[in-house]
Amino acid sequence: MAQKKDKTKEIKVPKVPHSKCDTAKENKTGSWRDQRPSIDLSKCIKCAQCALHCPDGAIEVDETGAHINYDYCKGCLICERICPVKCITHKKEEK
Amino acid sequence: MVKTLEGSHAIADMIVNCEADVLACYPITPSTHIAEKLQKYYADGKIPEYITVEQEFSAISALAGASATGARTFTTTSSQGVALMHEVLYAVAGMRLPIVMCVANRSLNSPLGIWCDHQDIIPERDSGWIILMCESNQEAVDTLPQAYKLAESLLLPVMVCIDGFYLTHAVEQIDVPSKEIVQKFLPKFKPEFKLDTNNPITLGIYSTPQYLQDFREDLANDVDNAREPIKKTEEEFSKIINRNYGNGLIENYKCDDAERIIIAMSSFCGNVKEAIDELRDKGEKVGLLRIKSYRPFPYKDVQEILKNKKHVGVFDRATTLGGHPPLYTDVLAAIYDSDQKVPISSFIGGLGGKDVTVETAKNIFEDLKENKIKRKFV
Ligand code: SF4
Ligand code: SF4
Repeated sequence: MAQKKDKTKEIKVPKVPHSKCDTAKENKTGSWRDQRPSIDLSKCIKCAQCALHCPDGAIEVDETGAHINYDYCKGCLICERICPVKCITHKKEEK
Repeated sequence: MVKTLEGSHAIADMIVNCEADVLACYPITPSTHIAEKLQKYYADGKIPEYITVEQEFSAISALAGASATGARTFTTTSSQGVALMHEVLYAVAGMRLPIVMCVANRSLNSPLGIWCDHQDIIPERDSGWIILMCESNQEAVDTLPQAYKLAESLLLPVMVCIDGFYLTHAVEQIDVPSKEIVQKFLPKFKPEFKLDTNNPITLGIYSTPQYLQDFREDLANDVDNAREPIKKTEEEFSKIINRNYGNGLIENYKCDDAERIIIAMSSFCGNVKEAIDELRDKGEKVGLLRIKSYRPFPYKDVQEILKNKKHVGVFDRATTLGGHPPLYTDVLAAIYDSDQKVPISSFIGGLGGKDVTVETAKNIFEDLKENKIKRKFV
């Protein structure tokens, strides 16, 4: 995010609108979600298809299975569609 | 060193002397000879990088990327080429990329014409680019190093405009200041923000309503505040080369005691000066106010010079369809802002290469003898 201009300070160098890398992490887009996917880890075969297809990069797969980061998951349910063993299901998000 | 050169080639020579790093040009009449000569210089190893592109949108986009890495960049175009760049020109200014471009002014379709008028840059006047209108090839050559200095210190892109054919294809004696002279005047470009893999940032960002206006306000203020630097840069360089072109924003040609004044831009001003000299020999008090910096517009200088004048004629080489022509509008705005009242007439001419001669200028001065405000094509 660009810095808000401080009008009390004189700006010597003309300001270039830019943002530092990694700042997308600060926007917790999970708040937009209205469908909440969940993974049945007992059926998960750790193929990582869900993680590859998640448009938000919100899934990580480790030796215990696939895990959704709900801070960023927007609830598109692509993961549910893609899972070859149908171990992802969803219900309405309760806020 | 003074050499006999085509205007376009002199500009290409100056770009080499300014040590531009990355070029991307797509040929379009009448700017083509500039691009052609620069291609040759690239082939000869005098220019580090020349990106061949398939059209002007790509040319300016490629330069946006190059400029964002801290390279000194240049492109040239005309007419439809400027129009095709339109979207990116606004982006470049908003991203604060100091690209320098030479526009060889030409009419816009339709009808299709390849000759000079200023319609092509009118849609870009609100873009945030500094727009400098040159009367002669010598002035254009001398303005280019200043354009880089202004662009890189203010982080604003600069257009240096010359009249298509009248200047681009004129072969005349031109002094192209050497690389050594330019180096003394123009420091290396070292941007504070640039694309760098060791310190990654995103340029050309998205902005929420919370911040966007602040960025636009900064840009607007910086373009407005460019007037003083433009004057200073002109003063500084004119001392080195012993040539000057007014104060950088305007040129006052015999306006001080004049009663009738023409306000105009670019090469037609040469003919107006000729007409003034002839009319003054007959005792007529006439003068020319040449606008060099079209953006930022020199409102204050216009107000100063138009004090106590009897009648002013604004010559536009472009139209605003359904409204007053562009230069005329700016002059009206300048005068409305001051405490004086002077009749200001509008003359539109020279569209699509229609010749505007010494005679045209004399006829305008004749029209200005009457007190009645006129708005007409000449
Ligand atoms: S619902 Fe969409 S955003 Fe959420 S984890 Fe699945 S694929 Fe990613
Ligand atoms: S696609 Fe299904 S099975 Fe494969 S890792 Fe994801 S949740 Fe597990």
